Amino acid sequence: MIANIGYGALCITLVIAVYGIVAAIYGSQRKSPYWVDSARNAMLLTFPLLTLSVIALEILLVNGNYELDYVASVTSKSMPLYLKITALWGGQAGSLVFWTWVMSAFASAVTLRNWERDREFLPWVIVVALVTLTFFLGLIIFVENPFARVWVFGGSVIVKSMFPPAGAALFFQEDGRGLNPLLRHPGMIIHPPMLYIGFVAFVIPYAFAIAALITGRTDDRWIRITRRWTLVAWLFLSLGLLLGGRWAYDVLGWGGYWGWDPVEISALMPWLTGTAFLHSVMIQEKRGMLKHWNMVLIILTYDLVIFGTFLTRSGVLSSVHAFAQSSIGPLFFGFIGLTFVVSLSLLLNRWNELKSEAHLTSLLSREALFLLNNLLFLGILVVSFWGVIFPLLSELITGQKVTVGPPFYQRATAPLFAGLLLLMGIAPLSAWRHSTVQTLGKALWKPTIVSLFGPLIAAVFGIHYWAALLGFWLVAFVASVTFYEYGRAVIARSHSRSEPIWRAFWELAGRNRRRYGGYIIHLGVAMMGLGIIGVEMFQTETQGTIGPGQELKLGHYSISYDSIAIFDTSDGRNVARAVVNIYKDGHLVGEVYPRRDYYYESQQPMTIPGVRSTMEDDLYVILVDWKPVSTSMATFKIYHNPLVNWLWLGGLVFILGALVAAWPDRDEQTVRVKKKKESLVRSNA
Amino acid sequence: MEQFEQKKGKPIKQSNRIKFWIGGLLIISAIVYLIVSSTQANAQYFLTVEELQAKGDQMIGHDVRVSGAVIGDTIQYDPQSLKLTFEVANVPGDNKVIEEQGGLAAVLHAAVNDANQPRLKVVYNDVKPDLLKNEAQAIMTGKLGNDGVFYAQELLLKCPTKYEEALPQQSGG
Repeated sequence: MIANIGYGALCITLVIAVYGIVAAIYGSQRKSPYWVDSARNAMLLTFPLLTLSVIALEILLVNGNYELDYVASVTSKSMPLYLKITALWGGQAGSLVFWTWVMSAFASAVTLRNWERDREFLPWVIVVALVTLTFFLGLIIFVENPFARVWVFGGSVIVKSMFPPAGAALFFQEDGRGLNPLLRHPGMIIHPPMLYIGFVAFVIPYAFAIAALITGRTDDRWIRITRRWTLVAWLFLSLGLLLGGRWAYDVLGWGGYWGWDPVEISALMPWLTGTAFLHSVMIQEKRGMLKHWNMVLIILTYDLVIFGTFLTRSGVLSSVHAFAQSSIGPLFFGFIGLTFVVSLSLLLNRWNELKSEAHLTSLLSREALFLLNNLLFLGILVVSFWGVIFPLLSELITGQKVTVGPPFYQRATAPLFAGLLLLMGIAPLSAWRHSTVQTLGKALWKPTIVSLFGPLIAAVFGIHYWAALLGFWLVAFVASVTFYEYGRAVIARSHSRSEPIWRAFWELAGRNRRRYGGYIIHLGVAMMGLGIIGVEMFQTETQGTIGPGQELKLGHYSISYDSIAIFDTSDGRNVARAVVNIYKDGHLVGEVYPRRDYYYESQQPMTIPGVRSTMEDDLYVILVDWKPVSTSMATFKIYHNPLVNWLWLGGLVFILGALVAAWPDRDEQTVRVKKKKESLVRSNA
Repeated sequence: MEQFEQKKGKPIKQSNRIKFWIGGLLIISAIVYLIVSSTQANAQYFLTVEELQAKGDQMIGHDVRVSGAVIGDTIQYDPQSLKLTFEVANVPGDNKVIEEQGGLAAVLHAAVNDANQPRLKVVYNDVKPDLLKNEAQAIMTGKLGNDGVFYAQELLLKCPTKYEEALPQQSGG
């Protein structure tokens, strides 16, 4: 019954979405506000209907209606309530429902804004949003239906379908198969929805871009309207990527955070084009340049978002992620190909109207450096894309699958990331339009000298590897330029208005959120860079079998095995938990509890490291093997991860900066109202 | 705007534009070089057990990637030395073939229980991954030794039998 309501709501939404597309196009052609309003109402109606569908699915998940294949595949009786609720995005079909629901919420929110000045955009924004929605609804209803039940013929044949096949009975399962223990981690529970929200929010700027191309209103209005949406999309996508990394570090037990897995890359790719887009729209706003380029970037971002949604949920690549074999691949490729070709032909149609209003005048000007930054981001994108499709290409051409692993990505992207850091240091101090070596040098020499302390300090600590020293310099350079720029502005303001420093800092961020939010983000990147250099270049490891009281050494550290406890828990686990003391240079500095949980139900062990974490380094201890008696030997593996906490702290600063940048500007609104009043006064006069 | 720009500033010289083109081309060629050289340095054949054994001597000493079904009874682990040995059975590499035979779970199950399937002995020196068990799919990167044993440096596992959702990298190299 509930399943029928959920499924019915989806079907009605599909019909309404198709109607909305037709009404919007017709209304736009006929210049009829009546039809456009009707289309807008259709758009608004999709949200309550999809909400109904989501609620129905949630009820089924929480109740444990295991006759539904989806419910049985992602939940089980022993799972706590919050995991049953979040199982909504635990599998393919549910994730797609969640995707459309968020999509509908965002698109509805957009249609509720004040359209007075942008009437002509409205129908086309609705069309793009509803076409996207229709595609996903079609997938859910006809191919990946979470409400499908399992049926049985004469006690043997099992069929998955929404409605009972003739002569079949409902197949009741006692219990579901449950969510994999490895995924029962807070980071993994909020990681997918963050990514999806980021993905979906990027549809909004794309919709406006397409509306601008169709209506021919190709000034930077579409960019100004969607600036905040772009930042919000980017914020969530960044957060999703960071949470994924943190989960890998906490759970997967190899001391890493990013494995260049195709699925990870598919989430990174729209982030790369989105980041390039965030930078290059500033050039269009300030200088009226790069209009074609911005269109290309947002079109790419949109299709990479669809590609990412698809890759995470299909078996097309030999990723270790989702290996759900399903038939949605060709449909996705068809949709991506179609939207890409249509978008590009719309762009070509307006090509001449999108001419630049200015030219690049100087190689060191801000806009030239931004363009360079775009090239580097796109370079990383091409490397990533190449790595993902190389196996498919090689198989197509030579008949032999050839793959590239993490070393390929590391080698090819490291110089590009280094280049980005260098630009991050230089660009904020270069001037728009015209910058010369002299003017730039004058602005840069102080922070440059300060930044040299970075590698100097590293050298004093005995680091002589050139790449590490270069890395430390770049990180210090970005940090010192950022502090210098922000600090100078804070001090200037604090002097001129006699405000306390903290207040000036706060007010400045509030005045020009994008600029100062951007600086905070840059600082976060520098901190993350420090952590990445630490782990990638200086990680060490050892392993050994020791008895109680015995020690295992790694660098300055040693661990001693104290005891072990083995017990059953009420939620169906068998836990082996060791107590390990950590010594640094012979002094006791802490105690960690590496353990191994064995989930009886899924027969799945899970290794949870014991980590002693400081800003200087992490000591990451894994319990490999043990005997049930405390007096016997146990085997441990230890990783020493220098500076890794800077990665997580930097991630926090990064997100904070993105929040500052994306926060609504109150000033912007009041300025707009003021201007409007002025123009009203003028027209009355 | 364009004309205004030209009047106000110095006239835009042809040489200026050429400078940008040269700069852009240099960066693009650097990126292309990075991709090509990194591909050459790191490309690995992705083979099935059968293909690897067919190529035999040719592949000895080369980095390759092999996929196979883990045979649970053969897993032996010495935690003292972290030496892990097990055997994998051949599974087809083509997604289409896998689909035709009823999905990955069915293919893995059949491969493990079919004594006629080619088998490969694997040695891996590290912590035993949580997901290593009977009928899991193993994707191993490493070298085939003269003794016909595969020495893996990296071992990835997935268990499609029970779960359809995301299961990322279990152990790194």
